[in-house]
Amino acid sequence: MTIERESSYLPEKQGIPADSKAVGFLRAMGAVVWKDLSAEIRSRELLSAMLIFALLVILIFNFALDLDPATRREPTITAGVLWVIFVFAGTLGLNRSMAIEKDRGCLDGLLLAPVDRSAIYFGKALGNLVFMLMVEFIVLPIYSLLYNVNLFNPGLLLVILLGSIGYVAVGTLLAAMAVQARTRDILLPILLFPVVLPVILAAVKASTGFLDGSEMEVIRPWINLLIAYDIIFSAVAFMVFDYVVEE
Amino acid sequence: MIKVRKLVKRFGLKTVLRGMDFQADQGEFVALLGPNGAGKTTFLRILASLSRPTMGGVNIAGYRLPDQASAVRRRLGVVSHQPLLYGDLTAEENLRFYGRMYGVRDLRSRVAEVLELVGLTPRRRDLVRTYSRGMQQRLAIGRAVLHDPDVMLFDEPHTGLDQDASAMLDTVLREVAARGRTVVMTSHDLARAADLASRFDVISRGVITASVKRDEIEPNNLLAFYRQALQEA
Repeated sequence: MTIERESSYLPEKQGIPADSKAVGFLRAMGAVVWKDLSAEIRSRELLSAMLIFALLVILIFNFALDLDPATRREPTITAGVLWVIFVFAGTLGLNRSMAIEKDRGCLDGLLLAPVDRSAIYFGKALGNLVFMLMVEFIVLPIYSLLYNVNLFNPGLLLVILLGSIGYVAVGTLLAAMAVQARTRDILLPILLFPVVLPVILAAVKASTGFLDGSEMEVIRPWINLLIAYDIIFSAVAFMVFDYVVEE
Repeated sequence: MIKVRKLVKRFGLKTVLRGMDFQADQGEFVALLGPNGAGKTTFLRILASLSRPTMGGVNIAGYRLPDQASAVRRRLGVVSHQPLLYGDLTAEENLRFYGRMYGVRDLRSRVAEVLELVGLTPRRRDLVRTYSRGMQQRLAIGRAVLHDPDVMLFDEPHTGLDQDASAMLDTVLREVAARGRTVVMTSHDLARAADLASRFDVISRGVITASVKRDEIEPNNLLAFYRQALQEA
C-alpha cells in the first residue's frame, strides 16, 4: 500500500490557475446538493418521514375539524391547513437534514473543505428546498381530492414557492445552529417558528387571496413581503453562516 | 511548516489552552501525548481551522489562521476518530464528493488511485454504513489524502479499532509520513506513538510540558518520560 505523492492534484499547486471564486462557489454548492439528493434517493429517510407526517396531518385535520363541505372549501381554512402541514413537515426535514451532517462528524468534513462556507449553506438550503417542494407536490393533489378544492392555481403555486424559499432560508441557518446543541430536536422549532412567522403570515394571506379570487392589489403586498423576506434572510445567512458553524 | 505562538483558547470561563507554543518542521511526525482534557483535540481543531483561537498566532505552510483559513485548509488533511463520511453513499461517491469540494483535478482517476491505495477497490460500490470500523478509517485516510495535503492531522485515529485494523492503519500512517508530509497525531497509546512518530510532545493543562526526539530516547523509556512530564506540569 503506497500513498503516491509525485504529482499534485490541486490546480493551485500545479501552477494551473485555481477556479475563479464564483466557479468554486457553484462547484461546492452543486456538490452538496448532489450529495444530499444521492443519499436521499438511496435511504428515502427524510422524504418518507416528511411525507407520512404531512399525510397524517391532512387526515387529522380532516377528522378534527369535522366541517361541513362548504366550510371545508373556505379559502382561509384551506390556506391555514396547507401551511401548517408544510411548516411542520418542513421542520422535520430540516432537523433530519442537519442531523445527517452531525452523524459520523460529516459537518466537520464539510467545514474542512477550502470553499466559501456560504456555498455549503446554499447547497444545504437548495437540497432542503427540493425536498420540501417534492412533499408539497405530492400533498397538493391529495389535499385537493380529500377536501374537494382546486389548488392548481398558478398564483397559489408561486406563493408556495416563495414561502418555501423563505422558510428553508431561515430554517437551514437555524438548523445549523441547533445541530450543535444536545437538545437540537426541540431547539429548532423553538428558534424557527418566531423568526419565520412573517413568512407564514404572508404566505397564508397571499394563498387565501389567490384561493378566493381577490384582486392583485390585495395580494401584492403579501407577495412583496415574501420576496423581501426571501432576499433579506438569504443575504443574512450568506453573511453569518461562517460564524454560526464555527465553535 | 507549523508554527504556533502563545495560543490561548477559552470556552466561556474555562481556559483549555494556556499560551501554548508548538512547532513542527516539514517531514516531522509529531505525536502529541497527554491525558484526557489536556487540550489535544482542541489544539488539533484550531490547527484544522474548525475552531478560532482566543489569542495567539497560528501559521501553517506560511498562511495565518484564522485570516487565511481557506488557504490553510487546502493544504490540510484531517483524520479524527470519526470518519467524516456519509453512510448512505458508497466509498467511491464519498471520495468523489470530497474531491469536488476540494476542486481535485482528474477526479475519476484520482479516486480510483486512492481507493487502490487504501485497499478498498473491491468494496468501492458498497455503502459506507456497511463497512467495518477499520474499513471506514482506511477510507477516512483516503479522503484526507485525496487532495495531496502537505500537513496531516490525526486525532486519536486508532480509537475503536481492533488489532488487525490498527496494524493496517499504522502501515498507512507510515506511508503518509514517508512521503514528506508533516504529521501531527494525538494519541493515548504510547507504544503505538513510539512506533510511528519522530518526535514526542507531552501536553498537560493546555501547554506543552516536554518534548523529545525519537533519536534522543529509547522507546522503552517513553512511558517514564511521559509520566515525568506530567508530574512536572
